[in-house]
Amino acid sequence: MSLDNSTVAKIARLARIRVGADEQPHLASELNHVLGWIEQLSEVDTKGVEPMTSVAPMTQRLRPDQVALENDRDAVLANAPESVAGFYVVPKVVE
Amino acid sequence: MSAVDLTLAEALDRLAKKDISAVELTEAHLEQMAQHRSLNAYLVETPERALNEARASDERRAKGAAKPLDGIPLGIKDLFCTKGVETTAGSKILEGFVPTYESTVTANLWRDGAVMLGKLNMDEFAMGSSNMTSAYGPVENPWRRPGSNAKLVPGGSSGGSASAVAARMALGATGTDTGGSIRQPAAFCGIVGIKPTYGRCSRWGTIAFASSLDQAGPFARTVKDTAILLRSMSGFDPKDSTSVDMPVPDWAKDCVGNVKGMRIGIPRQYRMDGMPAEIDRVWTQGAQWLRDAGAEIVEIDLPHTKYALPTYYVVAPAECSSNLARYDGVRYGLRAEGASLTELYENSRAEGFGAEVKRRIMIGTYVLSAGYYDAYYLKAQQVRALIARDFTLAFEKCDAILTPTAPSSAFAMGEKMDDPIAMYLNDVFTVPASLAGLPGISVPAGLSDDGLPLGLQILGKPFDESGVFRVAQAIEDAAKFDAKPALLKVA
Repeated sequence: MSLDNSTVAKIARLARIRVGADEQPHLASELNHVLGWIEQLSEVDTKGVEPMTSVAPMTQRLRPDQVALENDRDAVLANAPESVAGFYVVPKVVE
Repeated sequence: MSAVDLTLAEALDRLAKKDISAVELTEAHLEQMAQHRSLNAYLVETPERALNEARASDERRAKGAAKPLDGIPLGIKDLFCTKGVETTAGSKILEGFVPTYESTVTANLWRDGAVMLGKLNMDEFAMGSSNMTSAYGPVENPWRRPGSNAKLVPGGSSGGSASAVAARMALGATGTDTGGSIRQPAAFCGIVGIKPTYGRCSRWGTIAFASSLDQAGPFARTVKDTAILLRSMSGFDPKDSTSVDMPVPDWAKDCVGNVKGMRIGIPRQYRMDGMPAEIDRVWTQGAQWLRDAGAEIVEIDLPHTKYALPTYYVVAPAECSSNLARYDGVRYGLRAEGASLTELYENSRAEGFGAEVKRRIMIGTYVLSAGYYDAYYLKAQQVRALIARDFTLAFEKCDAILTPTAPSSAFAMGEKMDDPIAMYLNDVFTVPASLAGLPGISVPAGLSDDGLPLGLQILGKPFDESGVFRVAQAIEDAAKFDAKPALLKVA
């Protein structure tokens, strides 16, 4: 198994991180190095082992169906890089 | 003796006796911070707020209404959201982010009367073991090798917290531990740090890295001081779905060092090939101290130990790739323009995240992507279950486990930077317990051949912090660790 530049480009796209073509070979070699090391997990016999889904054995609690936090628009928008009239601003997405 | 050299327990005692005021205690720490800014431990200092809180604390005490931590000046890792105070997680992508809410852990500390000195530097998004990945520059360890001027790392990711406490720039500090980020820096800086059982401290308002592993905990200079702090930090929080609804004991009462009759496990698999002799020496010494104190030492097996790090480096990146998806350049943080929304996302994240964070997001994205999920993520969660089972079986034979905290003493800045895996190996002894959610503490136990602190780690059964504190106190009593960082000798 070896990651090539086109796989790196695909992962970068999925992760929404711009990766220039010039950075791909270096990243491919780094990721291959780490993934190759992770590969040793295939030695472990895990037949019939339930994957861990919860660190501590606990059941999910239910909470009363009540509003606990009022929607505070100004607080939510306080850190937005750009907002107008109570909305976030993004580049045009619909023509 | 200066006020900054007091332990937290001593400071509480003096405050109660009115031998010192909260304002005096806070001023002494602010002065120490100003003197040692070159360590780069604090990202933000909040002196005005600290003095206001200290004055309010003195007023409460005068009225006889003092709270458990009243007047104790603390530093806060920059992963905890603090209302009205910039919180960056050590990342450029959150530069200028000022939370409009307070994390539960810090809110608990303020409820109990603690005073905030400022926000502490850390590896970006808590990803690192040296504090070298911070977007705001590395933190320096106050320790140096005798006769050497080489600057050493404080460990990570809670490097600012450990450095600040070791340099007497706070009586205690908060940290977070995902794979060793409290315990390893505590060992590197010659102080105490505990990661409690997963679920003890609420994760609400703590910036997420890997949610099934992240757990907050305190740093201080004595075992008892961490016990006092952890009590205030812990407790049930309905806002965190994995917060555990259990009573919080008064752990300071467990810090008596009585280990008579306790069975202490020594895991065979932690005796690694090529382990430095000094690490083995301090470990063997630790076991002997506990034996002398009346404990029984038993060999135990944790057969899947060698798979813990690769398991961690599937699970943690997978969770981080999901958690860090929220940094989109739209709702908060850094925004880099783009012609389309997708370009805006891609540019903002490329500019805002550092190299290690990008690497982990991409590994996580890959192991969760279609066709690879079963081979990597599911497999890792199965091995993780086996690692947790190893501990369950081991705890049938022992009450607590003793190991070294880290495979070396603090290294110099710039070392281990070329190979990510060399850096990951720092956490070889701490990661297994993180995967199993167990409580673990690091206690300074001695000096390396080149005069740097070495820590011993004590692991306990889930929710048995009491047992962990008991053993830790016995180690502290026997080690009588009183060496001081180079920085304090000069001063």
